[in-house]
Amino acid sequence: MNFYAIRAIYFHEMDRMRRTIGQSILSPVISTSLYFIVFGSVIGSMIPELDGVSYGSFIVPGLLMLTLLTQSISNSAFGIFFPKFTGSIYEVLAAPVSSLEIIIGFVGASATKSLIVGVIILITASFFVELKIQYPLLMLFLLILTCLTFSLFGFLIGLLSNNFEQLQVVPLIIITPLVFLGGSLYTIEMLPEFWQKVSYFNPVVYLINGMRWSFYGASDINIFISIVSLVGFLIACIVGVAIVISKGYGTKT
Amino acid sequence: MQNVVSIKKLSKIYDNDFQALKNITLDIKKNEIIALLGPNGAGKTTMISIICGIVIPTSGSVTVDNFDIIKDYRRTRSLIGLVPQELSLEQFEYVFNNVSYTRGLYGKAPNPSLIEKILKDLSLWDKRNSRINELSGGMKRRVLIAKALSHEPSVLFLDEPSAGVDVELRQEMWQVIKDLRNSGVTIILTTHYIEEAEAIADRVAVINKGELLVVDNTSDLVKSMGQKTLVIELQEAIQALPSKLERYNLTVLNNGLSISYNYDLSSKQTGITSLLQDMKETGLKLKDLKTEQSSLENIFVELVREN
Repeated sequence: MNFYAIRAIYFHEMDRMRRTIGQSILSPVISTSLYFIVFGSVIGSMIPELDGVSYGSFIVPGLLMLTLLTQSISNSAFGIFFPKFTGSIYEVLAAPVSSLEIIIGFVGASATKSLIVGVIILITASFFVELKIQYPLLMLFLLILTCLTFSLFGFLIGLLSNNFEQLQVVPLIIITPLVFLGGSLYTIEMLPEFWQKVSYFNPVVYLINGMRWSFYGASDINIFISIVSLVGFLIACIVGVAIVISKGYGTKT
Repeated sequence: MQNVVSIKKLSKIYDNDFQALKNITLDIKKNEIIALLGPNGAGKTTMISIICGIVIPTSGSVTVDNFDIIKDYRRTRSLIGLVPQELSLEQFEYVFNNVSYTRGLYGKAPNPSLIEKILKDLSLWDKRNSRINELSGGMKRRVLIAKALSHEPSVLFLDEPSAGVDVELRQEMWQVIKDLRNSGVTIILTTHYIEEAEAIADRVAVINKGELLVVDNTSDLVKSMGQKTLVIELQEAIQALPSKLERYNLTVLNNGLSISYNYDLSSKQTGITSLLQDMKETGLKLKDLKTEQSSLENIFVELVREN
């Protein structure tokens, strides 16, 4: 194992976060804070409790997931796409580094960045709404698992993207709608029966409800189903990235 | 001399069916400077990209220091440094950090004093804390060289090192390359500047349309494939060549004031002595004599045209 290479890639990517601190940290914190102010404090005060918690507190897991998913995907997608775009990917490809080491470096850094943002958002949320975490270890486990899984997914997108437009398509057109329609701001039970059934085909529903269960011990979906679906998606991402890297798609010719 | 890179029957066909390399076989000797010479699209960059692990070969094999580039990629790649043709650098990074990053990628522990030495050798030490986008094109190319040297490679590939570089910097670059060779590094450079190959390479390999046309010592290539020409200036212009001189295939130049004679330096008898003797007998009076050697450029153009 080339640990020095993993370390080099990891800190190289973390350094990018430090250079773009506004984009990496401030931007998600500000946008999430606005959600808490508008939906949590202003509108939330007029909405009755859901699953036994105030509306402001109810939306914390969903908004956390929204940020984690979009940040994890964009961090790692951009992390691998940018060197492809500038051509500096040549040095990673020409170095004595295995595919696994490349993935650990890039995905590890992306997941770390998302985790930092997630923790900051939780702290930010505590300023606006009453925050209660019933199962903190489970919450941490889900937090890390989500960051890793979606960083891997983003890495896959970055590998396969040939331009900036393709890089943005999945996060903007697929992930954001799935999160908003995945019960981040409401419970599935609030939907008409038909749309409830449709929602069960949305994978993000399982993630948000898993996270919500770790906060409040209540959700629309059984926690084990949530964990299994997240692990299943993680495995699918690992297989996808392994195939793409081993075939050299998007990097080697 | 021991071979450090051995290429055997190497071929590459890209997805669009373009065959960039056709059955190339080439041995590169330890501690030599070899220039891969060829026009644009000849296959030079594809060849070095395969050796460095960036492009996947279609068939054939390559060993570096007797290790296969695919099976033993960690060992071979750790021996190789690559300076790409394009200025492929992350523009917002700092010079020192970026060079150190490359060392890490190659599995080497941080060594700030070595990086300092490399940057000083390449006159970049003053720019160590500058962002890459603040540097001139020549400096960026030197950063690429610094990165390629950061893990102390024994084989260095330079892909068009002087492309877009001014004359002064090109001379500096050649000196850096010669110094590296003197320190024990084997240098493989691709170029389409004949002058560059002639100035610094021990051997030249001419590639065109994916085929290796010739490999030889630069001086031997010029000697064996080049022709020499003897130009004789006459005191008085001639209207036609005397019949006695017809067998020499002479060319009348300069309105009859000069004649030229092509000869093969490698043959035992150049025919110069008998030509001069016959000229004396025909009564032609000589004013001056000079010889001209066909350059590597002439040979290259001829080879590529024949191909």
